[in-house]
Amino acid sequence: MNDMPKSKALVPTDHGRIGIAILALGGQGGGVLADWIQHVARAKGWLAQGTSVPGVAQRTGSTVYYVELGKMDGDRMPVMAQMPVPGDVDIVIASELMEAGRAMLRGFSTADRTTLIGSTHRVYAISEKMAMGDGRGNSDKIVEAAGRRAKRFVGFDMEAATYRSGSVISAVMFGALAGSGALPFARADFEEAIEASDIAVPSNMRGFDEGYRAAQGSVEMPTETEHPLPIPTTIAGRALQDRVGQCLPEAVWTHALHGVERLTDYQDAAYAGVYLDRLVALAALDAAPWELTNEVARHLALWMSYEDTIRVADLKTRASRLARVRSEVGAADGQLLSVTEFMHPRLQEICDTLPALIGRSILKSRSLSRFLDRFFQKGRYINTTSLHGYLMLRTIAAFRRIRRKSLRFHEESERIEDWLRITADLARRERRLALEWVRCQRLIKGYSSTFEHGLRSYTAIRASFLALPASSQSAEWLQRARDAALGGEGGHELEIFLKLAS
Amino acid sequence: MAERSFKSEVKKLTAGAGEVFEGEGILAVTKALLQSGVAYVGGYQGSPISHLMDVFADANNLLQSLDVHFEASASEATAAAMLAASVNYPLRGAVAWKSVVGTNVASDALSNVSSGGVTGGALIIVGEDYGEGSSIMQERTHAFAMKSQMWLLDPRPNLPSIVEAVENGFRLSEASNTPVMLQLRVRSCHMTGSFVAKNNIRPAFTVADAAAKPVRDTQRIVLPPANFLHEIEKVEKRWPAGIDFVRDNRLNEWFGPDVEDIGIIVQGGLYNNLVRAMELDGLSDAYGTSRLPIYCLNVTYPLIPEEVADFCRNKKAVLIIEEGQPEFIEHELNTLVRRAGLEARVCGKDLLPRSGEYGVDVLRKGLSKFLADWRPELASNRDEEAPLQAAVAAQIPQRPAGFCTGCPERPIFTAMKLVERELGPAHVSADIGCHVFSVLPPFDIGNTTMGYGLGTAGASAFKPKDKRAIAVMGDGGFWHNGLTSGVGNAVFNQDDTVTLIIDNGYSAATGGQDILSSKANNAERSTKHPIEQAVRGIGAKWVRSLSRTYDIKQMRDTLREAMTSEEKGPKIIVAQSECMLNKQRRVKREQSKALNAGQRVVRERFGVDPDTCTGDHSCIRLSGCPSLTIKPNPDPLRQDPVAHVENSCVGCGLCGEVSHAAVLCPSFYRASIVSNPGRWERTRRLISRVIVSYLQRRDDRARSARAY
Repeated sequence: MNDMPKSKALVPTDHGRIGIAILALGGQGGGVLADWIQHVARAKGWLAQGTSVPGVAQRTGSTVYYVELGKMDGDRMPVMAQMPVPGDVDIVIASELMEAGRAMLRGFSTADRTTLIGSTHRVYAISEKMAMGDGRGNSDKIVEAAGRRAKRFVGFDMEAATYRSGSVISAVMFGALAGSGALPFARADFEEAIEASDIAVPSNMRGFDEGYRAAQGSVEMPTETEHPLPIPTTIAGRALQDRVGQCLPEAVWTHALHGVERLTDYQDAAYAGVYLDRLVALAALDAAPWELTNEVARHLALWMSYEDTIRVADLKTRASRLARVRSEVGAADGQLLSVTEFMHPRLQEICDTLPALIGRSILKSRSLSRFLDRFFQKGRYINTTSLHGYLMLRTIAAFRRIRRKSLRFHEESERIEDWLRITADLARRERRLALEWVRCQRLIKGYSSTFEHGLRSYTAIRASFLALPASSQSAEWLQRARDAALGGEGGHELEIFLKLAS
Repeated sequence: MAERSFKSEVKKLTAGAGEVFEGEGILAVTKALLQSGVAYVGGYQGSPISHLMDVFADANNLLQSLDVHFEASASEATAAAMLAASVNYPLRGAVAWKSVVGTNVASDALSNVSSGGVTGGALIIVGEDYGEGSSIMQERTHAFAMKSQMWLLDPRPNLPSIVEAVENGFRLSEASNTPVMLQLRVRSCHMTGSFVAKNNIRPAFTVADAAAKPVRDTQRIVLPPANFLHEIEKVEKRWPAGIDFVRDNRLNEWFGPDVEDIGIIVQGGLYNNLVRAMELDGLSDAYGTSRLPIYCLNVTYPLIPEEVADFCRNKKAVLIIEEGQPEFIEHELNTLVRRAGLEARVCGKDLLPRSGEYGVDVLRKGLSKFLADWRPELASNRDEEAPLQAAVAAQIPQRPAGFCTGCPERPIFTAMKLVERELGPAHVSADIGCHVFSVLPPFDIGNTTMGYGLGTAGASAFKPKDKRAIAVMGDGGFWHNGLTSGVGNAVFNQDDTVTLIIDNGYSAATGGQDILSSKANNAERSTKHPIEQAVRGIGAKWVRSLSRTYDIKQMRDTLREAMTSEEKGPKIIVAQSECMLNKQRRVKREQSKALNAGQRVVRERFGVDPDTCTGDHSCIRLSGCPSLTIKPNPDPLRQDPVAHVENSCVGCGLCGEVSHAAVLCPSFYRASIVSNPGRWERTRRLISRVIVSYLQRRDDRARSARAY
């Protein structure tokens, strides 16, 4: 007893046991995985103990399961731990990238001994999802840390593997564990556990196989959508492409080409031409590295293709859209698919679409708008797979031809011109200031109440900003105002900021 | 029917002598009860003890064959009062609940049963919901054991020890005429392992035998003068008897060498953590062979004075490892050591954290301080692993619990949010149950929770001038006590409050057990007792039942009416829709059967058009559904991620209703996928598809002509 070695290392490793921590989200089958692992180990003559902390964490929260494998010493039972001990975990299996991050945060994964098997896909937390802009955590930082804080990092997109194999993520994780070679058991031993559980054996086997093979490869991130440069298909398109090439610096070509393609689709080539006129005028005030022009190229295209009833009807009635829905909801060949849209056009949106004169007079006449308003109080269910619903939306989409005459078009054009004018003024003074100003366009998005809220924020920032003495107008001010506007739905953050800042 | 079925596990309960039983801690306790000849069992579900109740519910046939009476009690108070059966009769009885909350509810009956004492063994199994993953206030059951004088067992966390503790618990209870509490920590309840089984024992004396031959002993009833005698009896008879039994049967354990001038006293439930902490610092091997003397308290109340004195004699210092606060055991140890005239210094909370779970890491640090003071040559001088850099750690989001996909409670809070936008915020008294997740993002609704079923009672102090307070109550809490403590109280006092009762057909948060108002057929229990009838029966006048919570508009309008109605007195809204977890379990089975039979089956789910979504996420802020998430924007120019509905969507319809009611955006669509459609349906669809495709092709041609 007394000659037991005294430890100086973080944790002694010669204890003849294997600790496995599983970090999963509620409903991902972490418990099933823990059971499988114990089954394999027991079949191979190991003692296995599994523990978990259930309770509210199982309702969408993250849960840690812990499995410990040990051996009898004669008739002496090992004393087993009931939770993963920081620095004393041999294998961590995480069903999602941030859970792999959590394993590192809690010290379960250490560079001297842990095989970290983690999915590289994301399941976003509520805080990331509910942000008014982009609240997502940075995946690259986690992957980079995983490379440093594990003896070996086995990372791949387990969700994609699950989808490919038509299985469940727990089976993929089990396969990855087997494939990692971190446990002293053969592939057939793992497969036997799946067979013994006698539930969905064929699909679990497929998932296992996907996981097993993926664990042999190098770390793989989920595939991202690429945006190839649009290729012109018409004479008008080629003319636009040429103009972009001739009149704009190369640094902004990508955005500008996406912009002209978008606006041609939205309205027509002439409208895309207006876009280029505006952009080229602004580029004259810019210089390398053309950051300002590049951002204007993006935001101007987005603003000029503002979302209106016509656009929505157009997008929803396309053949390509129905095909996309079919594949997204996984409707098989023999199955009938019907698609119901949830639309709530209000009198405001209807008038927006009408020719400016008519739209404006309806909205101005109190009695008329009150009378008409009664017909636009309810949300509408429109079945675009039925003839009636389709024809209705197609008719609205046809209003594209008279969009330039519509009330909304007039209003948006005025706002865009105003925004560009301010941009130009600022660009002559300080490009960075102009750049931050251009980015405020990001606040204007969405429909109905969302749109109105965004526009209110933009208008409030514009007014306060312009009221400032030129010496106080700064890029930081604009950036902070924008953050405040995206900080809360009620607009209180922005209100407070503007009050303090003015 | 409960969330998890234990039908296959129940078979394990029939294991006979010599067979190896393998399973979860809770299942082992169940088996141990049967091996001990238990005559009746009751309890109230709640993590981590729910599975014990579920196992018993699923084991009905086995229990009947053994003449064991099992009840799913209406509350912990009901369960504790059941122990009355052990007062006059030699009946072994066991009750179980989540602690400390369940013990709070049960304490009236517990005080009574422990005052009068018991004849048959009375065992109270408490699932101690303390530390990581706990959903309740962090308190100790230990205090209840002390105040009512019930013995408290805290066995080492391995199945043989736990099973032994059950058997010893009954014997100890009988030997000392005192109820015994068996404390199981969260992880032990769900820990897998094995032990060698014994035969189940049919109780020698059954509850039917007792009912047939009633015994009356006024000395056992808490009424003067017997109540004063009980106190004397506790101190003079039952306490010494308990101590004798624990000592003579060596329920506590000793490990390690006995010739050291320091030692460690540990609660049995923390023994494994201690050994692991010692092993990592070279003070023990993996099998618990310790270099330091350990006195392991499998009985944490009462302490055994002779054992304590023997252990502390000739020691300079002992470290008591006692989780939670106040440190009752440490106080008592100090008293005992002083009384014995010993010099040993009792260390404990001065070296270990005053609060929180005692995990291995915490114990390592505490032990290291203890050794640095008393045996520096043994103290660990290991390096600490550098924590994850702050810049990386900041990327990792919290994952608060939330409503499940398609949960029928979500639209209720969406409607509350919409009403809040119109009328301004109201004081909301929340309750215990899944619905308390409303307190968390994205809803952020709820000002207080005062306990299970106490939502309405928690709002009773508000006598509004114009703004009414809203109370939320689940159906579980309603039947537990809310009917009387909340609704009855509000009727009697004419409280002008709004109570929203969430009637999802199950005690959902604890695992989907049936309750009085469940709509399911239950062969063993009486269900289908409507909540509306109960509240009307107790005198409520303004009562509205809504049968579909997903109808946001109706939900919102009813709530608005309740908030603004001229009528005084309590306003009760019963919002009904089946718990989606349970519904899916039911419906999926039915649907796959229908599919296989070639019948018409409609599957619905929602989706978002990524090209019309602008990435504002208002829809998420009014929902929080796990299947409604975000994904990178497929648009080359837009930057904010778009909303996205995952395939896990169950088609509850909330997304669409929200975008209507809150006038959000036209991006949502509902896809209905019809399998095995009828001939007429197919023909009709074919006709419209031909026309639509023709027009779409024409439009596509026109579009490509004017395209980029």
